[in-house]
Amino acid sequence: MNGNGWGVEIHDLVKTFGSFVAVDHVSLQVPKGEIFGFLGPNGAGKSTTIRMLCGLLTPTSGEASVNGLDVATKPEEIRKNIGYMSQKFSLYDDLTVDENIDFFAGMYGVPHELRAQRKQYVLELAKLTGRHDALTRTLSGGWKQRLALGCAILHDPPILFLDEPTSGVDPIARRAFWSFIHDLSDTGHTVFVSTHYMDEAEYCHRIALMYRGKVIALGTPAELKHGLDTHFLLNLNSADPLETMRAVENLTGVLDVAIFGRGLHVMVDELDVTMARIHETLAGKSIAVESLERITPSMEDVFVALIEAEERKAA
Amino acid sequence: MSYRRLRAMFVKELHHVTRDSRSLAMALAMPMMMLLLYGYALSLDVDHIQTLIYDQDGTSASRNLTRQFQGSHYFDVVAFVNDYHAIEHAIDTSRILIGVAIPRGFGKDLDAGKGKVQLLVDGSDSNTASIAMGYAESVVQGYSAGVQQDVINRKGIKPPGPIDARMRVWYNSSLESKNFIVPGLVAVIMVILAGQLSSLTIAREWEMGTMEQVLSTPLRPTEIVLGKMFAYFLVGLVDSAIATVVAITVFTVPFRGSFIVLAISTCAFLWCALFTGIWVSAGCRTQVQAYQFGILVSFLPGFLLSGFTFSIDTMPKAIQGLSYFFPARYFVTIVKGVFLKGVDFRILWVEMGFLILYGTLIFWRTVKKMNQKVA
Repeated sequence: MNGNGWGVEIHDLVKTFGSFVAVDHVSLQVPKGEIFGFLGPNGAGKSTTIRMLCGLLTPTSGEASVNGLDVATKPEEIRKNIGYMSQKFSLYDDLTVDENIDFFAGMYGVPHELRAQRKQYVLELAKLTGRHDALTRTLSGGWKQRLALGCAILHDPPILFLDEPTSGVDPIARRAFWSFIHDLSDTGHTVFVSTHYMDEAEYCHRIALMYRGKVIALGTPAELKHGLDTHFLLNLNSADPLETMRAVENLTGVLDVAIFGRGLHVMVDELDVTMARIHETLAGKSIAVESLERITPSMEDVFVALIEAEERKAA
Repeated sequence: MSYRRLRAMFVKELHHVTRDSRSLAMALAMPMMMLLLYGYALSLDVDHIQTLIYDQDGTSASRNLTRQFQGSHYFDVVAFVNDYHAIEHAIDTSRILIGVAIPRGFGKDLDAGKGKVQLLVDGSDSNTASIAMGYAESVVQGYSAGVQQDVINRKGIKPPGPIDARMRVWYNSSLESKNFIVPGLVAVIMVILAGQLSSLTIAREWEMGTMEQVLSTPLRPTEIVLGKMFAYFLVGLVDSAIATVVAITVFTVPFRGSFIVLAISTCAFLWCALFTGIWVSAGCRTQVQAYQFGILVSFLPGFLLSGFTFSIDTMPKAIQGLSYFFPARYFVTIVKGVFLKGVDFRILWVEMGFLILYGTLIFWRTVKKMNQKVA
């Protein structure tokens, strides 16, 4: 074991492709045993960061270490300590479940006497017991995903990098997947996971929001929601949402309006005053208000607010 | 390097080949198909030359000459015609290769020692045409020698005899082109197969996204390249055994050398050709790209620069120089030598040395190339 307690440590990491800055001076630390969520829209630089940590890409500048091992100087050591699941399903389709497991067990150098045991473990985990002879291409999305994860943990790596592991998987399978990730974390594994499903952020111990190559927010889900404490979120249902939106979006005290379901989410800074103002305005335009109430922001609201704040800063 | 990882790579690669029925068919049926197709179709022997005869003389002398053509197995006299126009038309429609026009007064002229006969040849395929002309000339000369001999015999003179050149053809005594083509073909088929089998392997992994997964494991470039190579090595050995057996049994090509020499040199060749294929693959991210590049470095040199059908000695110097850069040339020399001449490593050591050296060099380059990709 290495001296420091960080599973992943990144300092001022930069990756450029030509003139495009994919990862822009990112710094963060992930303690061992943590489930660290990496959130952000597509193209924010999540995959690029993960690939650098796995030694698949060379950083342009900055430092990163995984399990105390420097990415630039010890990539081969790192590969023994990590499990990686790439964004695209990347097991061999024309091999059976068994053959895929055997291949990766060989790749990770799982000792011969442990092979049978690890294989059994992975088969049970992926709920593929009895289907070990099936060709991988015949498995459905959720099963493939579990098998891919199983193959990535054959060697029981202390650190797991999962790049959008749940994309394209149905909600029930996603929930089962996260429950398994929690089991791993409970046994001391560090899990570094990226996703663009905002609701999944709630499953993580801590999250970083990445946007245009930068980490624009970092903390526990609760902390990030509290970060919005100076703002309040209202849910507004009315007879004519579009007309309502036009009426309220330029009112003093209204920071943002977004259509949400069949109503509107309105972000305001002074709760009571602005609520009164909205009622007044809509009454003046004779738009009937069905309901107007304060709600707890979801992760999605938090991110929309943070990203919009970031864009206002840039403008 | 880890033996465990190397073996896992090797086993996985074999699964790919045996699992996919198309690639298995390509790997095993192709040598037979190609050998049968090319072996039967690619004959350089010129016989059964389609011939027309225009006999304007109609004497016993002209009929005797005609009979000489009919008696030769090189010529098939398809018809007799009565004007030049018919010959012209038959050549234009490619019905015949040669028209023989015997002029009026041929018999009389022959007695006077001035006999002439006209041969009209379709020269559009220059090689076949010149061979056919050679045969026609020897038929005519044979006839004229016979006539002279008759005269001499009648007069009872004994002139100093003509010189009898006794030819003895070594290695392919019946001068059948199949004996020359088929062993070369065995080599060329291996050149193509080795290139085609291995050139897709790494590009396919990039295309499928599996390469990224594999590179995140402790696997090293050397192990990728060697593991893949050994899997195709096995396929290559099976293929070359099939091709050799078909050549000997179906085409009855003489095999004068030693099977061990052939096996060892096939190993050296596969070492070289498979690395070349993997090198091609390592430079491409898509299979289409790898396939096209693979054809460029295996198929074309295999057919054109190997000396398999087109003799390298008659090529321009620059092209000759180019042929030294492709393993095909060396392997064709080896296989032909072992089949037809029964030579061994005392003769073939230069070719062997080159194959091993070239293979090792390209192996090293491929590993380097893979290294760059990992970063």
